[in-house]
Formats: sequence, C-alpha cells, structure tokens
Amino acid sequence: MVAALVASAIVVIALLWEAATPLFERLSQRIRAARQARAQGIPAYDPGRERRAEQRARELLRSCVNDEEWEMYSDLGFLRMWGGQAGGPEAGWDLGGAPYAYLIYPHKPIIAYLPQTGQLLNEYCVVFPDETKPFGSVRLPDSDDVLAKWMGIKGDEERLITSANLHLPGRQVDPRKVARDLWRLRQWERSRLERAARVASDSVES
Amino acid sequence: MRPGHGDQLIAEGDVEVAEDERALVEEFRRQLDAGMWAAVPVTSSAGRRRATMVQAFEQIPRDTDRVIFFPRAAGGAR
Repeated sequence: MVAALVASAIVVIALLWEAATPLFERLSQRIRAARQARAQGIPAYDPGRERRAEQRARELLRSCVNDEEWEMYSDLGFLRMWGGQAGGPEAGWDLGGAPYAYLIYPHKPIIAYLPQTGQLLNEYCVVFPDETKPFGSVRLPDSDDVLAKWMGIKGDEERLITSANLHLPGRQVDPRKVARDLWRLRQWERSRLERAARVASDSVES
Repeated sequence: MRPGHGDQLIAEGDVEVAEDERALVEEFRRQLDAGMWAAVPVTSSAGRRRATMVQAFEQIPRDTDRVIFFPRAAGGAR
C-alpha cells in the first residue's frame, strides 16, 4: 500500500515538474531580460505612465483653450473650431462667404464641414510623429494630440492643413458618427445657452 | 509635448537675464532642429485664447510665460 502511494506521488511530482518547467524557464527569461534592460538604461514598462501622461495633457489643454472649448471637449470628447481662411480650408476654394468649421478628435482626422448645413467637406488626416524614433514611435496622449491640432489651426491653419493628407468624407470617420456628433454639439450648445440664460435671469431677480 | 509622456519641462529661465536667455535660445534652436514646431499660447485683450506659431526666438513675445514644442505635423493614414 505504502509502496503504491510512494509510486503515485513520484509520478505526480514528475508530471508536475514536466508541466512547470516551461513556466519557470519563461519566468527566468523575463527576469534576465528585465535585468539586461535595466543595465542598458531602458526604463521598465510602467503601466501607469500613459494614464499619467494623459492627465498632464488634459491639464495643459485646459490651460490653453477657451473655457467653452474645454467644456466641449470634456463633455463631448471633441472640439469644434471655426475656420479662419477666406475662401475655405484650402487655397483655391470659394465657399461664397459661408463659415466653415473643423471637428477635432483625438487621433482621428480633422473633419471640415459647413455648420449651416452640416455638409461634410473633407477629412484632413494629420499625425504628430516623434521624428527621433521613426520606427515604432508611440503616440501623443489624446489631449496633447487635440492641443497640437488646436495650436496648429489657431497658429497657422494653412500650414497644418497642407501638411495633412486629404481624404473625402467617410474615409476614416463614419459620416453617421459625425452627424450624430453634430447633433450632440447642437444639444450641448442649446443647454449651455439655457443654463447661461437661467443664471442671468436669477442674478437679475436677486 | 513628448509622445508617450505628455508635456515635460525642458528649459526655464528669465529672458531679462543674459545667461538664461542664451540657454533658452539654444534650447529653442535645438528643439526646432529636432523637427519640433513651437507655439505660444496667447490670450487676447477680449479674453479669447489662441496660439501663435513661432519660427524664431525673436518672434516670442517677451512677456510670454511658456512656449510649447510639439512634433511637426505630417500626413497620416494614406
């Protein structure tokens, strides 16, 4: 009886050893790689780094854009910016004096459209790559990407737009999503106006 | 702005102090040579916020409190 138990135990231990060996090898390889990376000065993977970077980026964005734009981005996840070129987003355009605007999403093309009709004009696909790391460059945090586009449009709209790849509407961003976002924007602006009007009437009454 | 890291302070100083100004000019040039764009956030007299792109240190308003460098724009997703 004892001999049978001992034999069974040996078999179980042998099977467990076989199963566990690859796991131990992988673990030891990972530890060795981490030690080598540390020795070469490569920082260890930090899972919170991107979250902290985004937090900082939001603070920077907030400190640069107008209050209305910040609230828009916080509530809706995108920014609407008015275009400032005479004829339209690109040289040679003539929108007949109609105002045009851009929707700025993080890490998505800039959408040009006509606010009066909701007609989409173009998608301008622009990225901000780290040129010191041409292969495998990581992206800017979302809010930094939005801020870079905001600064580009405010500071030199023509240069930013000519740097972008031009696509027809719908190439990357679903026009139904844009239509939905424009509807959300109109609702948002209406409720903001109503809130402001309420505050104004309350202050007059008091 | 640095991809993967967010904003980082790369230099600071008082432009009225010659030594600081020299260091700031050097850093400004180094960033532009590395392919960055530079923008100065500005608040108008009416309180509206905007940004001015600058390509030379002399274009930076003397009273500005910061210059933001960000990677140069390029066309994406062909």
